[in-house]
Amino acid sequence: MKQTEQLLFKNRRPGETAFLKEYEGSGGYLGLKKAVREMTPKEVCELVKASGLRGRGGAGFPTGVKWSFFPAENPGPKYLVCNCDEMEPGTYKDGELLKADPHQLVEGMIIAAYAMQIDTGYIFIRYAYKEQFAYLERAIVEATEAGYLGKDILGSGFGFELHVHGSAGRYILGEETALLNGLEGKRPNPRSKPPFPAVRGLFGRPTTVNNVETLANIQHIVNGGAVWFKDLALTVEGAGTKLYGLSGHLEQTACFELPVGISLRELIDDYGGGVWQGRAFKSCLPGGASTPFLTADNLDVALDYQTLEAVGSRFGTAGVTVFDDRTCMVAVTLNLIRFFARESCGWCTPCRDGLPLVVWLLEKIERGQGTDDDLQMLKAQHRNICGNSFCALAEGAMGPVDGLLSNFEQEVVDHIQKGRCPFTA
Amino acid sequence: MMELLTAEQLDKFTVQVAGLEHPRELIIDLLRSVQDNHGWVPDEGVALVAKILGLTPLEVEEVATFYDKIFRQPVGRYPIHICDSICCWSRGGDALATHLREHLGIDFGETTADGLFTLLPSCCLGACGRAPAIMVGQNTYGPLTTDDADRIVDALRQEAQG
Repeated sequence: MKQTEQLLFKNRRPGETAFLKEYEGSGGYLGLKKAVREMTPKEVCELVKASGLRGRGGAGFPTGVKWSFFPAENPGPKYLVCNCDEMEPGTYKDGELLKADPHQLVEGMIIAAYAMQIDTGYIFIRYAYKEQFAYLERAIVEATEAGYLGKDILGSGFGFELHVHGSAGRYILGEETALLNGLEGKRPNPRSKPPFPAVRGLFGRPTTVNNVETLANIQHIVNGGAVWFKDLALTVEGAGTKLYGLSGHLEQTACFELPVGISLRELIDDYGGGVWQGRAFKSCLPGGASTPFLTADNLDVALDYQTLEAVGSRFGTAGVTVFDDRTCMVAVTLNLIRFFARESCGWCTPCRDGLPLVVWLLEKIERGQGTDDDLQMLKAQHRNICGNSFCALAEGAMGPVDGLLSNFEQEVVDHIQKGRCPFTA
Repeated sequence: MMELLTAEQLDKFTVQVAGLEHPRELIIDLLRSVQDNHGWVPDEGVALVAKILGLTPLEVEEVATFYDKIFRQPVGRYPIHICDSICCWSRGGDALATHLREHLGIDFGETTADGLFTLLPSCCLGACGRAPAIMVGQNTYGPLTTDDADRIVDALRQEAQG
């Protein structure tokens, strides 16, 4: 178990929150000073691009590339929005980060805004994160008083103001265009893309939406450089550290900052304390509810974007939910699809009507009343929903179905042939 | 619990609205303030928010009904949101929900006769490392045994009496 250099969790202590004094004492706001005093906005963008940082909210799009699409030179209001909706089951890393060290996000956002010449930022935070909301409000007041926020930051001539928006529930708000509608005070159905937010986003203006952890990495890249950041990962293509949130059937379920590219086995055995109650590993969601299941054959896979895609899954949010060998994967999939069906905003037919049909099929199979036709219909629904929904929610919902059919189809067949769930007595 | 918005809040929001290019962005803040004061958002609350923002009540309604943490019906003093997503499910969330329904004598969506508790199923609370978890109002608790849950309920009952 090698000690990992802690960037994001540097100031994390149980039950405590680091505010300005402690944050500055540990090198906080040095990155901002370096960026606005020694670098041009374009240089910051290029540095982030060279660092290989990819979006930590689940989609994994290269952050610097996203920023390079932004029309920084456009006059008029432009917006930076931080997505802290964090409602993907199995994902709680951003909440942990903000509980420990809220200034990490504030500093990252100011540098990101400087890089894209953005004047106004919003942090969109979920209803359940009441404490984190309060910590961010305090951090913003402290940063403003210290001259890190407001007009003419550190005498650079660059100005940025930052607001926190507390939401009121619903998973779909994590979809960036639904989030923008929510921020505007409209009914938060997703918007069609294009136009992308960089062209027409919040209030019709150019907007970049980034995840909490993504933004909190920026000052570390400015301080340490692109090569150093890339080398933190254990894979050749990877970059940086990652916050891994462990959950499910493990002895210990906590959140750790570890290198991108650590193996699933090491994560489970060394950090999760192994599968609980001495049982064997059966499967896991590697990065949240929408990432296809892995199996025991995948225990040595490196946790990174490409490596997980190569085995048919995704890195997602790196919220790893483990299932032991007594778990019924039909029941797991049913639980996941119920979540997605309930959280569907109802805007498009494949999602609104397709997901409840998948729930109905899985319930029938789990009850022991499924037929071969039901299995065929499940496969047909998977085909029909993928690629045909208005936004990524329904596509994500098919991740577990995809994993069930690719890795555990025999278990579905067993339910049908035995006429009952093989995991119940 | 009676007033929709205090005079102070009304003044604060009126000033904010006047200073904003897009006052509609305050809609969730307003709805949540009404709910904090009143426990839930009645039709009069929707009408008041609409008036402050220069919207029709329907425009407010279509936002209010979208969010599961905005209550358009009366709820108990302590709404209990029980996480039923995968991580809590994998560590006994179902049994905890069944226990609370029996202990309180109500089903999901119902309120206890004393007006204190409403049970609501909820998606992931972001407490996956502390499963199974519940959220009462905006306070999250976990990991919970059934005994822990009983103790929370008892403590809230006492708080309500005191």
